[in-house]
Amino acid sequence: MKNTPPETTPFFARDREWHPPAFTPGYKTSVLRSPQRALISLEGTKSEITGPVFGHNIIGEFDNDLIVNYAKPGEMALGERILVYGRVIDERGRGVPGALVEFWQANAGGRYRHKKETYLAPLDPNFGGFGRTITDEDGGYAFKTIKPGPYPWPNGVNDWRPAHIHFSVFGHGFAQRLITQMYFEGDPMIWICPIVKTIPDENAIKGLIAALDMQNTIPHDMRAYKFDIVLRGRRSTFFENRKEGN
Amino acid sequence: MVQPLTYFKESASQTAGPYVHIGCTPNFSGITGVYDTDLGSGSMVNDQTRGERITIRGFIYDGAMTPLKDAMIEIWQADADGYYNSPSETRGKADPNFFGWARQPGDMATGEFAFETIKPGKVPFRDGRLMAPHVTFWVVARGINLGLNTRMYFSDEEEANAADPILSRIEHRVRVPTLIGKRDGNTVTFNIYLQGENETIFFDI
Repeated sequence: MKNTPPETTPFFARDREWHPPAFTPGYKTSVLRSPQRALISLEGTKSEITGPVFGHNIIGEFDNDLIVNYAKPGEMALGERILVYGRVIDERGRGVPGALVEFWQANAGGRYRHKKETYLAPLDPNFGGFGRTITDEDGGYAFKTIKPGPYPWPNGVNDWRPAHIHFSVFGHGFAQRLITQMYFEGDPMIWICPIVKTIPDENAIKGLIAALDMQNTIPHDMRAYKFDIVLRGRRSTFFENRKEGN
Repeated sequence: MVQPLTYFKESASQTAGPYVHIGCTPNFSGITGVYDTDLGSGSMVNDQTRGERITIRGFIYDGAMTPLKDAMIEIWQADADGYYNSPSETRGKADPNFFGWARQPGDMATGEFAFETIKPGKVPFRDGRLMAPHVTFWVVARGINLGLNTRMYFSDEEEANAADPILSRIEHRVRVPTLIGKRDGNTVTFNIYLQGENETIFFDI
């Protein structure tokens, strides 16, 4: 890790017109789970700008390989083999090293390994559907998996989720905490999904679509999708009269 | 013409969905053998941790007063002396036996969550005034499009709460109790209401 001064400034304000609002009736579950009163603005105090550090020691050897991390010895998960890679950066474009990135997904048939999941597509006995990694000093990360399938879900009578991978990202400050989903380039299901459509800005949606990257394939093994994740940036300049940053 | 401001936009949030536990607490969801333990699970204290042991318990209620059974809650707090275990903590060194962060799912049958932790110390506000002891909460679940942030203060800290720079500036005083965990012995009960008359105060942090 580079020898950099501690990050002690507050974060840029979150753009609430860019994120989905809480109340999005097209996604029915949000109706009773959306706060209705205005949020109270709280400029970053120590409680928001600090955050824990996760050591590489928590990561197991196969945590970033979903093809084998649940499979029986010598077996592998079924499906289109892909490498998902990218960088976790902040709004200034700087890499976020040491970020904990966790991911989970359905199997190639669109089925999750979960007690409450009722879709008739079968489980893959060799696929657990989750993994994690910690970003390198440039914010880079990568994992191997199979491309998840789309699946129907109870919302409208014929609503389907596009193929997607869930991401949970932990940057350096608790205020950077983010959960989002990655979609796949060229999938026509993206634009008719009620959960995608909770996002009001088309460019914000495009920012969640991973690009097929044929330059980073593993020949005769797997194709690559590039997915960069942007966390909130920190205010920069340190002034004598505003020790917490401008 | 002016020079362009070259900022990126934060990745848009999407709901954690109904299966957040597969990714974040797989052992809890019944998928064992991949991670030894679920990250952030278990007690936050060990024998050497400084501070008063407490258990924070509560439910998260939706607008029909039904507890959420698929939520995931994370907390972040200072140690007993008010220091955060973080590289961004520049005032002093936090208790090495207190990580300060934990993650718990609500119980699948009842929705109740519980954290075994210590009562945090006071942390200074930006202008140097002391904030009353508090725990920062982050709640995600199916139907929540962007994680919700709130704080839990303590009912046995009336004086500090009255002087707290955040609590004291809340215009609608009737809402302040939504941020106060009720202490009874070593248990602090903190229920979160997503909607309704007692809707919890959520912060844009």
